[in-house]
Amino acid sequence: MLPNDPLRRVLYVDLSRRRFWVADRPDLFEDGLGGTGVAIRLLEEECSPGADPLGPENPIIFAVGPLVGLFPIASKTVAVFKSPHTGNLGESHAGGRSAVALRMAGYGAVVLRGASPTPVYIVIDGDDVYFRDASALWGLRSSATVGRVIRERERGAGTRTIMRIGRAGERGITYACVVTETYRHFGRLGLGAVFGSKKLKALVIAGRRSLPVSDRKAYRETYGAIFRAATESPLMQKYHELGTAMNVLPLDAIGALPTRNLRSGRFEGAEAISGENLARHYLGRRVACAHCPVACIHLAALRLPYPNDPYFYKTVMLGYDHEPIYAVGSLLGIGDVAGMLQVMDETETVGLDVMSTGVTLAWATEALEGGLISRQETDGLALAWGDWETYVGAIRRIVDPPNDFYRALGRGVEYAASVYGGADFALAFGGNEMPGYHTGPAGHLTYLTGARHSHLDSAGYSLDQRAAAKGETLTPEGVAEALLEEERWRQVLASLVVCFFARGVYTPEVVQRALAAAGMDRSADDLARLGAETLARKHTFKARQGFDPARLRIPRRILETPSPLGTLDEDFLRRAIAHFFRDAG
Amino acid sequence: MPQRLSVIDVDRCVGCQSCMFACARRLGEGGLAGACIGVRSAGGIRRGFVVVVCRACPDPPCARVCPTDALVLRPPGGVRLRAELCIGCGNCVVACPFGAVFWDSAQKKPQICVYCGYCARYCPYDVLALEEIEALAPPPPPAAAPPPEG
Repeated sequence: MLPNDPLRRVLYVDLSRRRFWVADRPDLFEDGLGGTGVAIRLLEEECSPGADPLGPENPIIFAVGPLVGLFPIASKTVAVFKSPHTGNLGESHAGGRSAVALRMAGYGAVVLRGASPTPVYIVIDGDDVYFRDASALWGLRSSATVGRVIRERERGAGTRTIMRIGRAGERGITYACVVTETYRHFGRLGLGAVFGSKKLKALVIAGRRSLPVSDRKAYRETYGAIFRAATESPLMQKYHELGTAMNVLPLDAIGALPTRNLRSGRFEGAEAISGENLARHYLGRRVACAHCPVACIHLAALRLPYPNDPYFYKTVMLGYDHEPIYAVGSLLGIGDVAGMLQVMDETETVGLDVMSTGVTLAWATEALEGGLISRQETDGLALAWGDWETYVGAIRRIVDPPNDFYRALGRGVEYAASVYGGADFALAFGGNEMPGYHTGPAGHLTYLTGARHSHLDSAGYSLDQRAAAKGETLTPEGVAEALLEEERWRQVLASLVVCFFARGVYTPEVVQRALAAAGMDRSADDLARLGAETLARKHTFKARQGFDPARLRIPRRILETPSPLGTLDEDFLRRAIAHFFRDAG
Repeated sequence: MPQRLSVIDVDRCVGCQSCMFACARRLGEGGLAGACIGVRSAGGIRRGFVVVVCRACPDPPCARVCPTDALVLRPPGGVRLRAELCIGCGNCVVACPFGAVFWDSAQKKPQICVYCGYCARYCPYDVLALEEIEALAPPPPPAAAPPPEG
């Protein structure tokens, strides 16, 4: 690391005492590079096994990496914490301007400790940290309003990040998210609830500084090569044109689009909710994360009439992606695009993770159909596939629960099914709700074995799709080994911190060149070792917090509904899980 | 022919900041401190973006308010900073209605576009372009007030 690189600086903020200080921690960044590699080390220091996820002892750690602010698509911030949703490792990544802002403020990581007695928002403006009163912002109906108010009150327009929570986070809904720059999220595993438990309504980070490089000429050359690769790659062009919603139709075509709580892998409304249809009829703007030329963020312009005011309309701009389309589109049987977008809008307004919300509501719909619960539990709502207006009402009740049933829904599908039954069709893995791919065994094995129980941990869905296309036969051992290799490499990317969408651009050779510009010479072996070690640290952390791979629950539903690679076999999955964790060490 | 930077189509801007990073990288630096171009949202990202560039005015207000003549006119439009004359008063920053005079907070001096077009080469969506300045004559000086009568 270059001696004058501010990456080594870790900002500690103690909300209980309203104090802050900076520690020089080159050790952390030399060993862990940045991002997830540094964050997991800080979590080991800050979080004890018995920590209550919603207690002041649970830390929130944000980390960025050496390539942020230097190279394009190094645009992500890693957040780690103990998850109130799973009671285990919480890790969530987001873009927006969060990563560049944190780096430009002059830090590699921020550690938030303690809890404030009254609502606050924190402003990190370069070397200064301010605690601002947020009592008047607490309880605002919409998370968007929180962003607007802070935007007008604080400086740094254009280069700052404003991370904020909605009422779901205030209320401790265990899958509440943190919204940043209106359209990006630390979505999964409940960071929003941890913010809420600290009475932290928002975190603003701003700064503007230069970063040193080891060799100016080489830096510019490497930059140019990465920039060209990113802007000329056909995959990146597709992310720009249709965004992740490009996946809807191909997944439906092979029967891998989870529909009606995964009773099917095909949805008759797929065409309507496809990326193509959304782009044709609703796309209003494309937006990028800071320092990313790809601009994969797609905003739908939804024009809504007022029922009692002729010729009066409002236009809502809503971000959409494959996962929300799956979670509150096909999984809830909603093929009415405007209705689906309004369900998304409600999750944004209250600040819930849309994926967990959709899966939880899908389970509730089936539980009502099957008689496990009645209209008494649902507070009179007749939850039914496709009925988006009723789902909007249910989301409001999750955040303002009228009864124990909605309080249970506010803890996710795993918990709700433990109280009301229906675990066979409760689509959660390691306690985290399912992502939008029913491609085959590898996809589900990613959800089961991934450190975050996220589809992005090792992208098994792509392994399945390749096998299906080539007619290959997967073996438990082969899948386990491929997923482990992928998840280890993704630890490196998540340490730099490079967006996973650019994994084809940031090959190991390119990563080495880019790191050299930041004065960090690493061999291919060094990087491989870092990836394996970082993942091993996460497994150790999880084991200490009580995670046992042998006790992973496999929802029956995924074994019942055939995938493109045929009907899944539990024994195959169990053997692969065992092999994965044996190899992971 | 002298050139200037022009915002061709701001509606195509995605807010990626590639231009800002390019401007800083001109000097061989990472980060954003050296950028003489700014992108921000037009009151929330949903409304799109504002791209702030120096439009190379023929009669630039930034130069007019400089007490030490550190901002030298570049005919037919724009200015060049003679840093050795600058005392860092910041008048120029206030005078520019676009906010296109940026501030070097380390040196406490303005930093202004040099019309090189490096940023435009990194704009993936053709928002920016270098264009030749038409030889606009500066507006004539105001006519002298008539002598008071009487």
